[in-house]
Amino acid sequence: MNEKNPLWASESFWKKVAIWVTAGAFLLLVILTFDSLSQTQIGGQRVQSYSVINKKIDYVYQPDLHKSVPVIGETELLFGQEFSEEEAQKLVTLGKKTTQAKNCMNCHTLLGNGAYFAPDLTKAWLDKEWLSTDLRENLMVQFLLDPEKNARTFGSDRKMPNLHITPEEAKGVVAFLKWMSSIDTNGFPYHFKTINAKEE
Amino acid sequence: MKVNKLCSIANDKLDFFVTWTALDRTNLSDGRKLAVNYFIVAVILFFAQLLFGIIAATQFIFPHFLYSWLDFSVNRMVHINAMVVWMLYGFIGCIYWLLEDESQTDIVGLAFGKIAFWVLTIAVTIVVLVYLFIQIGAGNDTTLWLINEGREYIEAPRWADIGIVAVVLTFFYNVVATFSKGKWSGIAGVLTLDLVALAGLYVAGMFYMTNITHEQFWWWWVIHLWVEATWEVLVGVIMAWSLMKLLGVKRKIVTTWLYIEVALMFGSGILGLGHHYFWIGTPEYWLTIGGFFSALEPIPLVAMVVHAVYDSGSHAFKNGNHPALAWVIAHAFGNFFGAGVWGFMHTLPQINLYTHGTQWSASHGHLAFFGAYATINIAFFYLAIQHWRGNVWMSGGNAHAWRWKWALGLLNVGVVGMTIALLIAGYEQSFIERAVEGSTWSGYFAAQNHPSFQSAMIWRWFFGAVTFAGLLLLIWDLLTIGKDETRKAIVIVSE
Repeated sequence: MNEKNPLWASESFWKKVAIWVTAGAFLLLVILTFDSLSQTQIGGQRVQSYSVINKKIDYVYQPDLHKSVPVIGETELLFGQEFSEEEAQKLVTLGKKTTQAKNCMNCHTLLGNGAYFAPDLTKAWLDKEWLSTDLRENLMVQFLLDPEKNARTFGSDRKMPNLHITPEEAKGVVAFLKWMSSIDTNGFPYHFKTINAKEE
Repeated sequence: MKVNKLCSIANDKLDFFVTWTALDRTNLSDGRKLAVNYFIVAVILFFAQLLFGIIAATQFIFPHFLYSWLDFSVNRMVHINAMVVWMLYGFIGCIYWLLEDESQTDIVGLAFGKIAFWVLTIAVTIVVLVYLFIQIGAGNDTTLWLINEGREYIEAPRWADIGIVAVVLTFFYNVVATFSKGKWSGIAGVLTLDLVALAGLYVAGMFYMTNITHEQFWWWWVIHLWVEATWEVLVGVIMAWSLMKLLGVKRKIVTTWLYIEVALMFGSGILGLGHHYFWIGTPEYWLTIGGFFSALEPIPLVAMVVHAVYDSGSHAFKNGNHPALAWVIAHAFGNFFGAGVWGFMHTLPQINLYTHGTQWSASHGHLAFFGAYATINIAFFYLAIQHWRGNVWMSGGNAHAWRWKWALGLLNVGVVGMTIALLIAGYEQSFIERAVEGSTWSGYFAAQNHPSFQSAMIWRWFFGAVTFAGLLLLIWDLLTIGKDETRKAIVIVSE
């Protein structure tokens, strides 16, 4: 190597570049983190308040946006009960903790993240397979309480094991799934036809 | 009485094993003795990773296999956790291995480092036993603190999180105090800053949040900024040091390269985090930022390939440890293809909308973790064993050299085979489940039941078995290589 290194090949130049690039990228990330966290607070446009479980939730394709967006409708009580924000938070929290304690994420995906042995749960509340909106919440609870007996394997032979979920935890999980289905996920999953969609 | 008898049989077997391996710890410095302890546990966990991986792969083909005893969720959790932890063990071992040499002094506070090793190892053992035998708990904080946090990759219960941070801080103290006492270098500086980030980021994943968007936001800070930023820089450090030792590359060149890699890696990887923020509820600007910066992420990996291949070529492949160099080269290519190419293939949001949460990610994950991190650790295992045997000659012409060559071949062919099989499954899922069926549950199962998906799962199992065979051969080779060798290794001096 030449004794007179050009600047672009010198150690000290790249050391400075490394420091400045890292610091700059990190600073930008911190700024964007503050903004993202504030835009995704509970009760905002993107992440609804927990009491959204009292409402009808849908996920509707918007041709002008080329994606589906969550649509919050009129009152549609869960388990025939109107929850205050505090009660709803308590129930959704129980559900969220249950999904973690039962390790759901190592078979399913939530918001598309997790394992791929079982279906995505992001819009599970809106899935057509719950047959009708009247039967849905009870079918979900029954399934969670005894998934082996109430299994629908869709011909795959894969069955969820019995995770010894209590009735209260099962209600919590359903509330959590209903609340999660209202999150604005920028159109993911794409082209999803909900239980409310009319047959074409 | 029976217990005593069992203990004595176990002792006899252990003595026989130790005599058979004929490894002499007096060949190692105190720091390197600690490093090989880390390597030993790393190899045991590597074995566990593959064992539970193959059980999980079997369940894709035979869903009733071990149903409600060891369900897929448990096997998959042990599979990925064992992987993360063995790689961390490997990295920590690598750093202890190079620390005395790089700082030109003895390790400061080594006694604390030894205690930390045992604390970590006992903690990992307890965590794994709890995963296997208790598995799940009630939906409350006690479960999250004592059994399982239920968050992919960082499932370890909270008590273990705190233990991990304490151990990493001890390790950090060893590193910084040793460099402070001895000699600082460019490698030392990058390593220190990287370890600060590595330890600090883990804390971001230690909180419970009901708001799943916030929770996954911080969860990715840990996973992405570890795997796609700080770990990459850490292997950059390890590779820089090993190129000096293996090939005698000039320090000035490796240090300059290291700074370039840090600039490119952090410059693309930190904001490349945005590719995990496309669909979790975070604002739309992440589609642009994440897409752009993650598209740049392969660039430093190309630079690493150029670096490794150029240096090897310019030194005419003359080196003191052939298996280690072969694994370093495998690392350069594996990192580029696995992390770089396979990551890029599905990182743009327009494509990721269809591939997110499918076997595409598994395909990328298998090749990236193996190519970027397993390979460099294995290279160090060979360096360690060479010195453990008294720095003996270790070349492609040695007796029984077929073992390391076949282990290298089987492991690489196995992982590449799994990657391709999973990629086919991922393509099929993206088309059928996502594009055609619209991501419903019936769409999911339509894709899972499709013959092309099912045959891909069989191919994945087959190549998983090839990988497993490669690991068994690798372990056998590591235990025996250089055993009857008396010639000393050639001396490589960095200019």
